[in-house]
Amino acid sequence: MTRFYIEGVGLCGPGLDGWEASVPVLTGQVDYTPEPTNVPACARLPANERRRAPKTAKLALAVSTEACAGAGRDPAELPAIFTSSGGDGETINDILNILASSQRELSPTKFHNSVHNAPAGYWSIATGARAASTSLCAHDDSFAAGLLEAVTQMATTGQAVALIAYDVPYPAPLYAARPVGAVFGVALVLSPAPSAPSFARLELALQPGGDTPSSAAPTLEALRQTTPAARSLPLLTALAGGTATGVTLDYLSDMVLKLNITPRPPAGWPEPLA
Amino acid sequence: MSRLALSDFALVTCLGAGRAETLAALRTGRSGLAPCHFDTLPLDAYTGEIQGLEALPLQGEWAGFDCRNNRLAALALAQDGFMDTVAAARARYGATRVGVFVGTSTSGILQTEAAYRHRGADGPLPPSFDYARTHNTYALGHFVRDYLGLKGPAFAVSTACAATSKAFASAARMMAAGLCDAAIVGGADTLCATTLFGFHALGVIAEGPCRPFDIARNGISIGEAAGFVLLERPGAQHDSSTVLLLGTGESSDAYHMSSPHPDGAGARRAMAQALAAADLTPADIDYINLHGTATLAGDAAEDQAISRLFGNTVPCSSSKGFTGHTLGASGIVGAALCALAIQHEFLPGSPHTKQIDPSFGSNYMLDGQPTRISRAISNSFGFGGVNCSLVLGRAS
Repeated sequence: MTRFYIEGVGLCGPGLDGWEASVPVLTGQVDYTPEPTNVPACARLPANERRRAPKTAKLALAVSTEACAGAGRDPAELPAIFTSSGGDGETINDILNILASSQRELSPTKFHNSVHNAPAGYWSIATGARAASTSLCAHDDSFAAGLLEAVTQMATTGQAVALIAYDVPYPAPLYAARPVGAVFGVALVLSPAPSAPSFARLELALQPGGDTPSSAAPTLEALRQTTPAARSLPLLTALAGGTATGVTLDYLSDMVLKLNITPRPPAGWPEPLA
Repeated sequence: MSRLALSDFALVTCLGAGRAETLAALRTGRSGLAPCHFDTLPLDAYTGEIQGLEALPLQGEWAGFDCRNNRLAALALAQDGFMDTVAAARARYGATRVGVFVGTSTSGILQTEAAYRHRGADGPLPPSFDYARTHNTYALGHFVRDYLGLKGPAFAVSTACAATSKAFASAARMMAAGLCDAAIVGGADTLCATTLFGFHALGVIAEGPCRPFDIARNGISIGEAAGFVLLERPGAQHDSSTVLLLGTGESSDAYHMSSPHPDGAGARRAMAQALAAADLTPADIDYINLHGTATLAGDAAEDQAISRLFGNTVPCSSSKGFTGHTLGASGIVGAALCALAIQHEFLPGSPHTKQIDPSFGSNYMLDGQPTRISRAISNSFGFGGVNCSLVLGRAS
């Protein structure tokens, strides 16, 4: 069981325009209305990079910027873990179509945008972050994999980290083979010790053997089931609700992550703040 | 960081399958690069292609994973008794306590390239196309974990050409945090049109074989490789010939998506961090296996980084003239070649490099030489300005 704290959240999904605006939706106070995801432009990127950046990079930057602002942290100071079930679906589909044509002339920008760690590269350029970043994939379980990497980084370095999970669906024809449901991104700023912005404590255990994963609210459950990064929704719902609860996340078909979530007590954290 | 043992390792590159063929090529200076027959690039490119993979389909219960990348992974796992070492570790720790952390940049995308070519105009992909087990970045991790009968934590690291080096760092953290007791670390990248035409679009594919650190270097030769290591805490099963992972260092350039910082600042920070993690100083290092892909900018930046941190004394060489740039697999290739250098007391040279760039300050070796060394660094850098260095050393 590993213990850590949540300082900030960023969210960008269909009908989920930022964390603050989404809290009443996640708690059921406001009805959920699915609308196409609105990915904001990134003011942090230089103009030429802003033009070139793929949707995954814009999405990752939007949610990490919101999470860092909530945590009161300079993104340049945070090691970052990026995780996605499949990189930028639109860029990869474009490249595959060009390679299947008679011309086969790729754009250099499309090629470097196709790498799985492209959002990490744009993030580093945008924020000036020179610390380590990593970029992971575990197919449907990419959010859980990123959470594990985040936990081990905190355990070994004692430093806060940013975890950024995102998916951008493939267009046809790949969509039929891999129907990712929506453009969805989430970022969490996590710290190994409580601090002034910490609003919840998490305890995580990796448990061998399958178990039923937690579901999202009925209106959001389809999003959770079709979009790997949206497997974070039960955790986000628990964080929005502000009550102590447990969440089970799928991991690799034969394991689960068990999370215990405790909101900050009214009198503050019993342990000294970092 | 706590020292970890490379209990066993297995490798396939265009130099051959397994440690003996690899070492023989390094000792004789035989490059595995040859004119590219894999696809039809509009220039006289060389590649480090592995012959015979077409005849090694994954069959039976593994047929759904069949693609060039997983075939090559299976071929690597079959070398030098590696599967037996893993089976013993599985018995010792239990399958749930052995993690799998692999790196790849393009996984099985060659399969998807073919599926797109063979579909009709705006038609669907063929029903046999298996996205999850071939194309997906994690397909390699899924295959390796199932093929080895392991049930521990797993993911794929995909940080372009630094992927398999960074997999070591993730595995070391997983073990330090107690989430597993041992780990399979490594990965595979195979030739495909995406990278051949992609690097061609960037104008960095060499005419002829690549010439790292040469005054006339003009780009990379793409290779393919797979390699895997069993990483464990040092124990009774190890002896003085065991190679240890002593430190890892990771940094970001924050500079450009596909060009390194010109003074190699990010590379230098990664090496300095790896030394600090190993509790070593530059003077403790006997050999550096360079990233050295033979691009104009990349080699110049790495030379700057090496010269500033190590001066001009530490022997260094790039093995890309032997194997080509194996992209996401270059980290495991570099680590395995450092392990061979330590165990067999031979530092590899640099085939195809004729005249070292006179503006460079590092101690670049053209020819291989028998030398007993204790500690080596392996460098890997990639798109997005990602840098990773590993320090490896002799157990005693």
